[in-house]
Amino acid sequence: MTAAIRAVGLTKRYGELAAVDGLDLSVERGELYGFLGPNGAGKTTTIRMALGLIHPTAGTIEVLGSRVTAGHGPFERVGALVEEPAFWSYLSGRRNLEAFARAGSGRADARARLGRIDDVLHTVGLADAADKRVKQYSQGMRQRLGVGLALLGNPELLVLDEPTNGLDPSGMREVRELLRQLADGGTTIFISSHLLAEVEAMCDRVGVMARGALVAEGPPGTLRGTTDRIRIEVDDVAAARTVLARLGGPDMIAAASASGPGVLDVTLSDGLGAADVNAALVRGGIRVHALEPQRDTLEDVFLHLVEGIHVPR
Amino acid sequence: MFRVELSKQVRRWRTWLLAAALAGVPVLVVVAIRLSPPPPQNSQDAPPFLLQIVRNGLFAPLTGLALVQPFFMSLAIGLFAGDAIAGEAQSGTLRYLLVRPVRRPRLIVSKYAAAMTFTGTLLLIVICSGLFAGGIVFGIHPMPTLSGTSLSVVDGLARILASGAFIVLAASGIVAVGMWISTLTDSGPGAIVATVIVAIASQIADQIPSLHAIQPFLPTHGWLGYTGLFRFPVDLVTMREGLTVSAAYTAVFLALAVWRFRRRDITA
Repeated sequence: MTAAIRAVGLTKRYGELAAVDGLDLSVERGELYGFLGPNGAGKTTTIRMALGLIHPTAGTIEVLGSRVTAGHGPFERVGALVEEPAFWSYLSGRRNLEAFARAGSGRADARARLGRIDDVLHTVGLADAADKRVKQYSQGMRQRLGVGLALLGNPELLVLDEPTNGLDPSGMREVRELLRQLADGGTTIFISSHLLAEVEAMCDRVGVMARGALVAEGPPGTLRGTTDRIRIEVDDVAAARTVLARLGGPDMIAAASASGPGVLDVTLSDGLGAADVNAALVRGGIRVHALEPQRDTLEDVFLHLVEGIHVPR
Repeated sequence: MFRVELSKQVRRWRTWLLAAALAGVPVLVVVAIRLSPPPPQNSQDAPPFLLQIVRNGLFAPLTGLALVQPFFMSLAIGLFAGDAIAGEAQSGTLRYLLVRPVRRPRLIVSKYAAAMTFTGTLLLIVICSGLFAGGIVFGIHPMPTLSGTSLSVVDGLARILASGAFIVLAASGIVAVGMWISTLTDSGPGAIVATVIVAIASQIADQIPSLHAIQPFLPTHGWLGYTGLFRFPVDLVTMREGLTVSAAYTAVFLALAVWRFRRRDITA
């Protein structure tokens, strides 16, 4: 089967500035793909090109096997949330969904969408507020209605730009669970976010975008640095220092408390694993209270990739 | 999309406010004239229909149309056409309509049709309100024409409705200009104001004698052509000119609107 989204050399230039610069991206069907990047990295521009809202300057983008050009693409099969949700504030939530359901061209499609309105309102927890004007909705309610609108056509592909924006923690968890459930049911989900924890908890695969191009891609686990550092908690830092300096040289110790009981951060190297360090300390008569591998969080990876900042510990 | 647009507008307060304001115009005229009949000598600056209204309820809808056309109708066109795309862009609903998907040319054409429908409906409201108020206060009688002959009540009514239809059709050019303006900006109020300014500026230019040479090409040229329906014999020359100009503006500016909208990046 063809990819759900495939971009090849996708570029959007505004004058000198390239918002998206030769982006190659492939999202497989059924995947929950997290699209990360700081503001201005080109995430939204990419999403808008995938949805036929913006003309690419160069390159191509395919969605569900069809080439997308501005205004043309298989969007009946796509549900989308692009930046904030937007509604006619003078209409109720239900009437908004009705208007969007009827606005497309296919009659059967419109009927199917109209028939799903109650279900969708229930799914996003707006059944009770459905007949209030959107004007009176809170930001969280609008966000839920936006997710509801994206779900209305029972889409094969969901493209969601920051879907948990403005939601409280329990609302975020609900949306996450809903998306996970949809993905497990076979829906492809492409979700952009700057919230790393959110993406880490939910996505099958993550792509990190910076300055218009993908700088890293993979399952959230593999994006992190290899575990080459451990934090050791000992009863005598000064003694541990001596033992470790003898074992692997003074450079091995990245950071340490002054003296007495405390912690040391130790960089491991080839042929010198955590077990070796532990054994050496114990042989030296030092009591080791804890020995903990220091994994980079996705956040560190992200900052490292995007801004070239290496986060010291 | 056309029907969606109609039902959206019908659920909007401002649509009803506009309708109420327009329905009030002929009522206001009838009441004002009932309270103080204008002396026939002062005929210099008053619109010609205003003077004969005292004698006949049939003149109330015509006076209403004459008073509404230059400003209120231009405002309505601004609200329906100028706001059509720009307003959706401003609220952000444009991108959701386009990914629904609604094809871009179809969105323009549907919105244009809806704007025309609403303009027509508003004029019909003016006619009905005028007939109602005028009929109650002055009664409905056969109508004198501008040429001194007389029209039966049925004939008069038919010509009033024909006037309304002509005014809508003559406005189609400005409606198309409004649609085009609407594709140029993401600011609803900006597009509304720009459209109203074009409509009013064109009417003013049409009155300035030194601009004689360009007047036949103004989008509002011929807007007053419906007065020809109340002459004997009926004078269709200005009406035909008005319809030709508005048809030309409709064709050119709708095409421009579609062309511009298809090429545009939707960043709002």
